Amino acid sequence: MVIPQVSQGLLGGDNIIGWILQIVWLLFFVVFMFYGQRIQLWILLRELQSSLLRLKLIRDEGRKMALSTIKEIGKPQGDPTEQVDRFLEYVTFPPETMDPAGVVWKLEHILDVRDVRFKDEVKLMAPEADDSQTRNLANTLEAALALNVIYKVIRHFYELGKKTLSYFIILQVQMVLPLIMREAKAYASALRAFTYGQPIGDGAGALVAAKLMNKHRKRKIAKEMVVAKVPIEGRTAYVLKADGPGGNIGKPGEAMKQIIEENKGKISTIIAIDAAQKLEGETPGDVAEGVGVAIGGPGIERYKVEESVLKHKIPVNAVIIKEDIGDAVSPMRKEIFDAADVAIERIKRILLERTKKGDSVIIAGIGNTTGIGQ
Amino acid sequence: MSAEKPATRRISTFLIAIILITVVLAVAALSVGIQAYPEGDWLLYLLIGFSSLALSTYMLAQTRRRTPRVVFKPYKIATTIACPKCGFKNIREFERGDYIFKENVGACPKCEEKMTIASIYREADEEDKD
Repeated sequence: MVIPQVSQGLLGGDNIIGWILQIVWLLFFVVFMFYGQRIQLWILLRELQSSLLRLKLIRDEGRKMALSTIKEIGKPQGDPTEQVDRFLEYVTFPPETMDPAGVVWKLEHILDVRDVRFKDEVKLMAPEADDSQTRNLANTLEAALALNVIYKVIRHFYELGKKTLSYFIILQVQMVLPLIMREAKAYASALRAFTYGQPIGDGAGALVAAKLMNKHRKRKIAKEMVVAKVPIEGRTAYVLKADGPGGNIGKPGEAMKQIIEENKGKISTIIAIDAAQKLEGETPGDVAEGVGVAIGGPGIERYKVEESVLKHKIPVNAVIIKEDIGDAVSPMRKEIFDAADVAIERIKRILLERTKKGDSVIIAGIGNTTGIGQ
Repeated sequence: MSAEKPATRRISTFLIAIILITVVLAVAALSVGIQAYPEGDWLLYLLIGFSSLALSTYMLAQTRRRTPRVVFKPYKIATTIACPKCGFKNIREFERGDYIFKENVGACPKCEEKMTIASIYREADEEDKD
């Protein structure tokens, strides 16, 4: 009795249920015709809203973690909350590029000022922290700052999208949101690593250099860099890395330039080892070789090396250890740690194949040296 | 960071209105169904009533503000201490202040030589297996 009525109703039979269902179908049709995009917008905004909430929680957790570490290590006299909050709102303006000549040096100057300012702020917040801890705390705060910036940018687009109801404003954020969430999670992992001073994946290059220079006499060179003269396969290798174990990347380009000048350009080859972005499907810790200056970052250090090697016609080789952004800023995976030995074997092979006995070479371990001594 | 706007707004009043209307219609359909029992279209009304009630409950459950929890999962970090003389190795949990090539981290239980931190790495977990 019931089933025929329902089917009659759904198919538009001549009874009250049929009428109601027909009106409902018609309403659906009209609503979707006129408000289809609006409904899609609501769905997108809801997705964005939930990611934004998650980002806020990550940001707040990061801030809390940075604050508690400062209190624990730095033992400040008063409450550092206000100083930390001020730090998290820090902005850096890049130099003007309308006239690009000399922009590298302008950028370097701005980044140097920023670096000094950050360390001074940390010293004020955490007076009891030693040099290494100060550098780790500066890195912790930088990661917290990055999380704050990510949250605020996404919130900006969310609010803007809601105000303008522009499909394209909301859609462009929604499209990159999975990658942004991944990056935020990576920074959250970095925070923990920096607070404890644990080696991170980005330090793979520094680890290779540390393994090569361990037990050899070191001297300071350039800003926060160390170099050791190491005999490898009958060659004299100038092995350099950032001064560890505090979180530090130093100025490898400046250090290499100085070594080249000290040797009057008589360097047979340069080998730079760095962590590099792996593609999806590749295994973390895979080692690859190439040519060119493998130095990441804003490009200042790479520029300095490129200028020097061009002047003296020095071949530049690269050895890269592959990892994704998450691995680069979170505590070093075992695969990446083990890859350091593979990279050393590759370096030895390059030296044997491309240089002669008695030659001088530069081996530069690039990356953040937090948790890695030498 | 101080007086900033909340990340998101509460549930939309429009959605609440739709849910309320659905609930009212569902209750009406149920009561018509019960009154009509055992004759006429009682089963059809009950069917419509229950399905509308289920639909509105589902919509309400979907809009309910679930506070997402963010847990910074601590990784298992292993520190390997090695004796440079006899090669004895000891793996322990990472402690604050550990760093690779840190010297004098205790005496070797075999040869009494001062031990060094040889490695610090994150132990693989389920997430790492990609």
